[in-house]
Amino acid sequence: MEHYNMNLTVKVWRQKNSREKGGFQSYPVKDISSEMSFLEMIDVLNEQLIRDGEDPIAFDHDCREGICGMCSMYINGKPHGAWKANTTCQLHMRAFKDGETITVEPWRAGAFPVIKDLMVDRSAFDRIIQAGGYISVNTGNAVDGNSLPINKDKADASFAAAMCIGCGACVAACKNSSAMLFLSAKVSHLALLPQGEPERKSRVINMVAQMDKEGFGACTNTGACEATCPKEISISNIARLNQEYLVASLTSDK
Amino acid sequence: MLDAKIPSGPLDDKWTEYKGHCKLVNPANKRKLEVIIVGTGLAGASAAAALGELGYKVKAFCFQDSPRRAHSIAAQGGINAAKNYQNDGDSVFRLFYDTIKGGDYRAREANVHRLAEVSTNIIDQCVAQGVPFAREYGGLLSNRSFGGTQVQRTFYAAGQTGQQLLIGAYQALERQIALGNVQMFARHEMLEIVKIDGKARGIIARNLVNGELERHFGHAVLLCTGGYGNVYYLSTNAMGSNTTATWKAHRKGAAFANPCFTQIHPTCIPVSGDHQSKLTLMSESLRNDGRIWVPKKKDDQRKAIDIPEEERDYYLERRYPAFGNLVPRDVASRAAKERCDEGYGVGTSKQAVYLDFADAIVRYGKIEAGKEGNSSKSMEEIIVLGKEVVKEKYGNLFDMYKKITGENPYEFPMRIYPAVHYTMGGLWVNYELQTTIPGLYALGEANFSDHGANRLGASALMQGLADGYFVIPYTLGNTLADEIYNKAIETSHPAFEEAEKEVADRINTLMNIKGTQTVESFHKRLGKIIWDKCGMARNKEGLLQAIQEIQALKKEFWSDVRIPGSINEMNPELDKANRVADFIELGELMCVDALNRNESCGGHFREEFQTEDGEALRDDANFMYVAAWESKSAHEWNLIKEPLVYDVVKPSQRSYK
Ligand SMILES: Cc1cc2nc3c(=O)[nH]c(=O)nc-3n(C[C@H](O)[C@H](O)[C@H](O)COP(=O)(O)OP(=O)(O)OC[C@H]3O[C@@H](n4cnc5c(N)ncnc54)[C@H](O)[C@@H]3O)c2cc1C
Ligand code: SF4
Ligand code: FES
Repeated sequence: MEHYNMNLTVKVWRQKNSREKGGFQSYPVKDISSEMSFLEMIDVLNEQLIRDGEDPIAFDHDCREGICGMCSMYINGKPHGAWKANTTCQLHMRAFKDGETITVEPWRAGAFPVIKDLMVDRSAFDRIIQAGGYISVNTGNAVDGNSLPINKDKADASFAAAMCIGCGACVAACKNSSAMLFLSAKVSHLALLPQGEPERKSRVINMVAQMDKEGFGACTNTGACEATCPKEISISNIARLNQEYLVASLTSDK
Repeated sequence: MLDAKIPSGPLDDKWTEYKGHCKLVNPANKRKLEVIIVGTGLAGASAAAALGELGYKVKAFCFQDSPRRAHSIAAQGGINAAKNYQNDGDSVFRLFYDTIKGGDYRAREANVHRLAEVSTNIIDQCVAQGVPFAREYGGLLSNRSFGGTQVQRTFYAAGQTGQQLLIGAYQALERQIALGNVQMFARHEMLEIVKIDGKARGIIARNLVNGELERHFGHAVLLCTGGYGNVYYLSTNAMGSNTTATWKAHRKGAAFANPCFTQIHPTCIPVSGDHQSKLTLMSESLRNDGRIWVPKKKDDQRKAIDIPEEERDYYLERRYPAFGNLVPRDVASRAAKERCDEGYGVGTSKQAVYLDFADAIVRYGKIEAGKEGNSSKSMEEIIVLGKEVVKEKYGNLFDMYKKITGENPYEFPMRIYPAVHYTMGGLWVNYELQTTIPGLYALGEANFSDHGANRLGASALMQGLADGYFVIPYTLGNTLADEIYNKAIETSHPAFEEAEKEVADRINTLMNIKGTQTVESFHKRLGKIIWDKCGMARNKEGLLQAIQEIQALKKEFWSDVRIPGSINEMNPELDKANRVADFIELGELMCVDALNRNESCGGHFREEFQTEDGEALRDDANFMYVAAWESKSAHEWNLIKEPLVYDVVKPSQRSYK
């Protein structure tokens, strides 16, 4: 790979806390290597801000390898930036050219209030899981793992849904701020496995109810979520969710 | 004297005996007992779920925005269990033996045996929770092999085993939260232990969103806060991983064991420049199929694919024919360093070796062609088929490599180099996972107990879940049974007041330094000192020097660090400063420990102590002990030794030849 250095302008959303109004600020950054990750570029900017006596930009991040789901920046109008199947932390600076202005915003959704700058509160996702995103088995009750063979295709499909990292990019990408892709991933992960069978109906009904309560919008099938999802969670999961929900509401005794 | 409280009787029976005789708490009393769990990675989430299910009143804390994001999520390769599903000679004893040997005979037999015993329950539990492990076409669970073993006992979910296991534990935890048995405090950082009458009775935590200090009481406190690899600045750990909880416990009286036992993982993406903020692991599972080599010629400028077979040095296969590319991590890392130090390294920095899949692609391609019953396929067609198989096995790792380096590992060999990965050292705990402070426990990577001087791959996930799901539910009850008469203590108690004041004063002091250097710059300098002098190779002179340098760095930090912002708000720089301050102190103790240990074992390689062919030279006569350090003053520690007694395994020089 050829490496190069660039000078950029970062136009970033600054907001002191959830109560105060925010706005954009522009900062120049110099000598950014194409080998850096996007967050390393922000690190450089932050070091510069601290030395200049300013408040550094607050943002969420932890693993920096695309798996914890913590990073969450809306970069040039796209959650996690322009690369396909990618998280903010895995975006690298070779995606940009010398002289560019990069606009960075937090996830925008009523159910994800801003905490500070680019950090948002995604605890609504945890509460959706609390509503039923699990299998009710206590520790120590399990039978031998191989006593329950599971068709490989099913197991693989379940795994493909379970890959969701709970980042919320799907919500940020959706004009309705719908959480359907996230929810459908969890419902599919468990509904595709025989272990998930006993609670299959109550799970979907309760989780959907919680999602509505949190204030996420309705799904109008725009497909923006699937296109932005770093783990390529398929929109077919939403079809499965709808199916599960329909069957459950027609046949459940609750 | 340290009493490890190892049950008497034959090794095989110890855990069964213990469980049969430990004290129990009846359900009505459990509801009156409060347990604080700091950390909700695999160890903490599993403990919180299991204890919540039993009926204890649990409060759990993590610094991320959700328990699902703990560093455990990043584990790629897999989790071991002695299931022997492959019928290839595995057993509880063999897993136990491999772990003891892999740890270079510096782990406690009784703990490791228990770990091997419960390993099989873990897989069953996870399957029941809906963890989507990889499966064979017949529907049964699939296994692969990992370094340091000759059986296939590793369970996995593509390259995301940690994520899937953590999601399983997280779901179980969220269920307990929904039931009201566990109260969760995300975006909270524990900054102090509260001790009353010598016992751990609570914590002081900082609410990271508004900066407020909070007091929380518990009849017992469990630290499940992970490892301290970030002391090196660059490591494969998540950015927030820290030692603060364990270090604060240490300063309050908990002994810290074997701090110098750190693991450098052989296969990571090499450093690309000064801006680097973290390093990325390429899972050990890649060594199942990838072959490691360097050119036979020094400073060879040719591209890897232009170097003919006979001019390549597959140095692991050459030096260790029995285990080849699957030698344990410490051995593989040192061998890579040796080649690079001798001038055979590749890439621009020359601090890298090749990990090559070309042979595996052809081998798998031929198998696929064979399945199709077509022997007339061309080499190109075979390679296409082989790439598909490799993609199925390691696709996400290859993608990750490509994103970071911009190079395609299906066409060119990966470049890799060792990086800090895991810390075997940690808080000293007895058989019950209790530290030297009564009522204070340590689980998962935060304790020292199971991996000796070197951890085998796929065994940290196993240990975290063993501790949380299957060990602590018994051992905690044994202590808490005596607590049923003790009511919860009000957090207005002077001990809470004092502890909170200590924390507030420390934060105020930090904020008021108003110096000129950033926290990050101090962390980088600390990391460099420790990597250079207490990293893959250590010697007396370097360690003595490192101690001087760290003490000087500490002074400089406390007089010139600049922390922007204020106390009562979200302030990530302040959070980082709190952590780096503790890393600096821990760094010093690591060097003190490394200096004391005049031998080489596992990941601890003292250049003065090696065999003629460059292997680690242990000194069992003088160092077959756990070094547990008690804090005396800022720069002074007492060494307490826990002798290691091997009743079953006979320590010998570890050989993988
Ligand atoms: C990249 C990578 C890959 C790995 N792959 C494997 C593998 O394939 N197989 C394997 O067996 N092992 C693997 N390991 C090792 C393994 O992942 C870890 O050792 C293990 O997950 C640690 O789990 P834990 O629960 O002890 O700690 P962690 O998962 O690190 O959790 C720590 C918890 O403590 C909290 N915390 C920390 N400090 C504080 C504080 N002061 N206040 C409040 N909360 C705090 C955090 O928020 C978090 O919830 C890997 C490690 C890495 C880095
Ligand atoms: S579905 Fe995709 S975008 Fe949505 S939370 Fe999960 S991983 Fe993120
Ligand atoms: S920081 Fe973990 S996914 Fe980006």
